[in-house]
Amino acid sequence: MAKDLQKSFKDLTAVNSINFSIDEGEMFGFLGPNGAGKTTIMRMIQCVSPVTAGKLEVMGMDVNTQQREIKSFMGVVPQENNLDGDFTVYENLLVYSRYFDIPREEAEKRIEELLDFVHLQEKRDVMTESLSGGMKRRLVLARALINRPRLLILDEPTVGLDPQARHLIWEKLRGLKKQGVTIVLTSHYLDEVEKLCDRLVVMDYGRILVEGSPAGVIEEFIGSDIVEAENNPKLLECLEKKEASYEVIGDIVHIYADNARELSEYLLMECSLSKISARPATLEDVFLKLTGRRLRE
Amino acid sequence: MKLVDYFRVPGISSRSFKVWQRNKDVFMKDIKLNFLPPFLEPILYLIALGFGLGKFVESIDGIPYARFIAPALIAVSVMYASFFECSYSSYVRMYYQKTFDAIIATPLTIEDVIAGELLWGATRSVINATVMIPVIALFGLIDMKYSLLIILFALLGGLLFAAIGMCFTALTPNIMSLNYPVLLFITPMFLFSGTFFPLSALPLPIQYFAIAFLPLTHIVNVIRSLSFGILEFSLLFDIAWVLFVSVILLILSINLMKKKLIV
Repeated sequence: MAKDLQKSFKDLTAVNSINFSIDEGEMFGFLGPNGAGKTTIMRMIQCVSPVTAGKLEVMGMDVNTQQREIKSFMGVVPQENNLDGDFTVYENLLVYSRYFDIPREEAEKRIEELLDFVHLQEKRDVMTESLSGGMKRRLVLARALINRPRLLILDEPTVGLDPQARHLIWEKLRGLKKQGVTIVLTSHYLDEVEKLCDRLVVMDYGRILVEGSPAGVIEEFIGSDIVEAENNPKLLECLEKKEASYEVIGDIVHIYADNARELSEYLLMECSLSKISARPATLEDVFLKLTGRRLRE
Repeated sequence: MKLVDYFRVPGISSRSFKVWQRNKDVFMKDIKLNFLPPFLEPILYLIALGFGLGKFVESIDGIPYARFIAPALIAVSVMYASFFECSYSSYVRMYYQKTFDAIIATPLTIEDVIAGELLWGATRSVINATVMIPVIALFGLIDMKYSLLIILFALLGGLLFAAIGMCFTALTPNIMSLNYPVLLFITPMFLFSGTFFPLSALPLPIQYFAIAFLPLTHIVNVIRSLSFGILEFSLLFDIAWVLFVSVILLILSINLMKKKLIV
């Protein structure tokens, strides 16, 4: 739960007075271009970055005063892998369990379960640096679960992974959600957020632009479908006449529609178009519409 | 952060011990390699300087040269062990391995982490002193009467140089720049703290400078006296100096690191 949350660095306001509330047991996504303030919010929730102004409560506890309690109930998958390179896979989990004061016997039991859970049993005695990117990510996930967290924070959990590894991680996250773990994630993979999250916010320049369920947000800003057609002046004229909502992107025109079939027929008949294609609208369309197509950073 | 904030006593919990334990576990993985330097170095130095160079050196205040430098070797090792542990090694853990980031996502705070690192640095000093004393004793160059006191004092000296190393880790812009304090501070101390010749051989102003600003001077003084089997009242001055500066720098180093890492 955040109220008027704000974070300023020397000459930059990274998070500008935002409000959000995440329910227990839900999967909640933060979307936004690079520099939108997502990671800064994650770091404030993790109690590793002090709040400049406003209020931020995690599991009903204040991040300024109850850091140790919050952190003991939380698991973190950071953007950058920070496994302990001086240890093997097994030792990484064991050493980490000590930071949570988990008794040795209990920790050993949990580590076996977690190694099974992320399919790393065969790699248990391998130093972390010789793991593949996907294995490292799975180990970071296992490490985040060592304290049986009630809240799991994932900052771009599947960045740089192949489709197999991504699907495995998704499957594991769904499993955790079923167990009642609250999950907060950021991602640039919008299909990922669309598939996983119950609710999401799209951020830019430290502010929240929209909030809602993936389907709701798409419906609200795009409609259910998108018709893509080649750009020509005649088409635009035709669209103006129909008062359709559309966007020109270079050679292509995106026309937003609630009924793609009807629109396609109209375009083919009335605008004498030959090549068009219709597809369901995605979160990516919403994202680009809201945050623009200009490159960041 | 105001100046006074840098000297505010930080809140540290017993969880610091977990960080100490982590570093100890890594150390134990390469225990043979890690034990070699404190074992071999005094032998090499004693042969080359003590018995080689020593042949051409008159005894110092009636003490044979090898016996004069033997305790200084322990003192230098105390300095090197914790300084390098809390400068280069801590920097690598902090910056390259992101170990600190991973740990502060758990109930440990950054203060706990740094305190654990400092304590581990001092432990390295104690380990070195503990290994070196029997090696030097083999050459018959140390009175074992107060060797336990030497080990205890190595902990204090270790904490001092750990704090010094950690301050530089907090202030350095990159790992290469850590070469400056080594070149401008640690190496001069190695040479001019009454280690290989008595402080009294230097001009008086430099002697005062060494006593006021070169911590190793005091470490050498205490360890030398103890290794001769002498327990004198004047050592209290050295111990008080080390204790006072240690407390200040330990607090300062934790606050500096906190400022660097928590943004």
